[in-house]
Amino acid sequence: MSGIALSAVAKSHGATPVLRGISLDIRDGEFLTLVGPSGCGKSTLLRIIAGLDAQDSGAVVIGGRVVDGLRPKDRDVAMVFQAYALYPHMSVFDNMALPLRMRRLSGAQRLPLVGALSPGRRPIEEGIRHEVEETAALLDIGHLLSRKPGQLSGGQRQRVALGRAMVRHPAVFLMDEPLSNLDAKLRVQMRAEITALHRRLGSTFVFVTHDQAEAMTMSDRVAVMMAGELIQVGAPDELYADPRDMRVAEFIGSPKINVVPAAALDQGTRAAMAAVPGASALAFRPEAADICAPAAGVLAGSITGVENLGADIFLHVAARPAHSQGALPLIVRVAPSGRRFAVGDVVGVNPDPARVLQFDAGGRRLKARERVAA
Amino acid sequence: MTAVAPGRQHRLSHASLVAGLAVAPAVVLLALLLFGPALAVAVFSLTDWQIGASSFRFLGLANYQALFADRIFWTSLVNTVIYVVIVVPGTVGLGLVVALLIEAQPSLRGFYRAAHFLPVMSTMAAMAIVWGTMLHPTIGLVNRMLAEFGIPATNWLRDPRTVLPALAVIGIWQGFGFAMVLFVAGLKSVPQSLYDAAAIDGADRALDRLRVVTLPMLGPVTMFVLILTATRAFEVFDTVRVLTQGGPNFASDVLLYRLYTESFDFLRTGYGAALTVVYLVIVVLLTLTQARVLDRRVHYT
Repeated sequence: MSGIALSAVAKSHGATPVLRGISLDIRDGEFLTLVGPSGCGKSTLLRIIAGLDAQDSGAVVIGGRVVDGLRPKDRDVAMVFQAYALYPHMSVFDNMALPLRMRRLSGAQRLPLVGALSPGRRPIEEGIRHEVEETAALLDIGHLLSRKPGQLSGGQRQRVALGRAMVRHPAVFLMDEPLSNLDAKLRVQMRAEITALHRRLGSTFVFVTHDQAEAMTMSDRVAVMMAGELIQVGAPDELYADPRDMRVAEFIGSPKINVVPAAALDQGTRAAMAAVPGASALAFRPEAADICAPAAGVLAGSITGVENLGADIFLHVAARPAHSQGALPLIVRVAPSGRRFAVGDVVGVNPDPARVLQFDAGGRRLKARERVAA
Repeated sequence: MTAVAPGRQHRLSHASLVAGLAVAPAVVLLALLLFGPALAVAVFSLTDWQIGASSFRFLGLANYQALFADRIFWTSLVNTVIYVVIVVPGTVGLGLVVALLIEAQPSLRGFYRAAHFLPVMSTMAAMAIVWGTMLHPTIGLVNRMLAEFGIPATNWLRDPRTVLPALAVIGIWQGFGFAMVLFVAGLKSVPQSLYDAAAIDGADRALDRLRVVTLPMLGPVTMFVLILTATRAFEVFDTVRVLTQGGPNFASDVLLYRLYTESFDFLRTGYGAALTVVYLVIVVLLTLTQARVLDRRVHYT
């Protein structure tokens, strides 16, 4: 049992609050991603879980044990860092063996030169060698054990960092943007490898990223953080379809959700988008609208860009609602098999009223009338 | 092909001309200020020239033969080596320890750094006089303090057993501030994430952090400090000149002091030049070996 329970964890740097009372239950064996823009406090929260930083108030429980005041090494957690943080002077083998050596060898046995002579060290070293080689084989880096980190590619260093974390079988893996130093192609590949690793190990993974695509593709659940607060926690599809806050709706999903200020619309358009009283912003995903003739559309405007991704085409439309000052940029997905569009075409945009998300002036989600009735 | 080749050649020679012009000032200055004088010294070392003399004769290697047969030369060489062997580890070790202590304690960092750096900026000849007073057998502060603990007075600079160590202590005092500043700069460049990784891996006690992260990451700085300190220790001259004049009975005679007395007191310029050549060879060899050996061990890529 190694779930993590955070209760009202708060932290400030001087007068600036970094975390404003975060409470979160992470289930045993879950892959949970902390996602949010940079500076939202997600890395600080991870460091507090690891024990590298101390919270000002609140409690952290790992595996049913309050770990506040315990040192990182006593928390049964492993961490993978953004820049890997491998020891550059040690071989891959020594990097991976270090966590085991620090735990199993006594201080005297770890001494250089003298330690090698101390009795009882041989069998322990044998065991460590065996385990390191086993882990290395699992990660397919067995042939790199004698190299130094400086001689490895980014992807290989990433695996070594994973290996160093895995080698002592911790209950919890903490990962701080581990993919952000990799190139785009490798990043997608490592995403798959880390999720596969999670399935095989069955340990609890806490993964920090600012990339919503990583959060959506890898996690069991995603916790969206903004400005030191936890805005919403849920499964990826839940966050996408049912965001409870405007900031979540805007952060999750690519291309971004279309947001139409209600004040820019006339009465008829608002009704056509099923606006409820009090709604200050209406939002719909690019795939929740159709393109039609300019006269038949709820919104209309000219096309400013055509993004053809093969399976999907995204049209960028500069809509001009009745009370809007300037043009309102919208993105609408169309199927590649249908009509061809060109920049400058004037088209109508027809959002599906059932899939329009509505938010009040504070950014909180308002339920549509139909769903309230149902 | 044949039409293109001359044009290309022309462009290449143009490029090398520009490159040549670009490095010319540096080359000229190097030749004028470094290689030229070194060459001149090497030539003088083969002659019987004396400062101010209008003519000289070539003697071949006679100066070197005289040098290697000279007992005092060997004494001064051994003394220099002993001095270096004490000063280098002392300076590097003390510089590192002070740097670690200063960085471990956030308050008054700037003050401690400046305080420890002061000896580096002071004029050694003047400071040597201060040290001379402190080490004075009867009125000196050192002996008076030792007397408080019942330790009998020593004539530090007149006793052949203590004169070299005393000079070495002064050398360490003067040099460790510089090593400290370099180590402080090195410490700042050690990534925090390595200390974090070490904490997670279980290396979180001071000595483990030192062994796993700090010392290896300071490798390149340490190499630089070692070479610098060793070269500066080989140059020891002003304390000897001011405090001991090589005495008692040559017990504190060192290479550069020998060089100075031979060249400027006895005006044996050719002999002094031979001594200079020997000194240069030692320093260059030392630097090269240190660089070769250490370079492989401190750069990890």
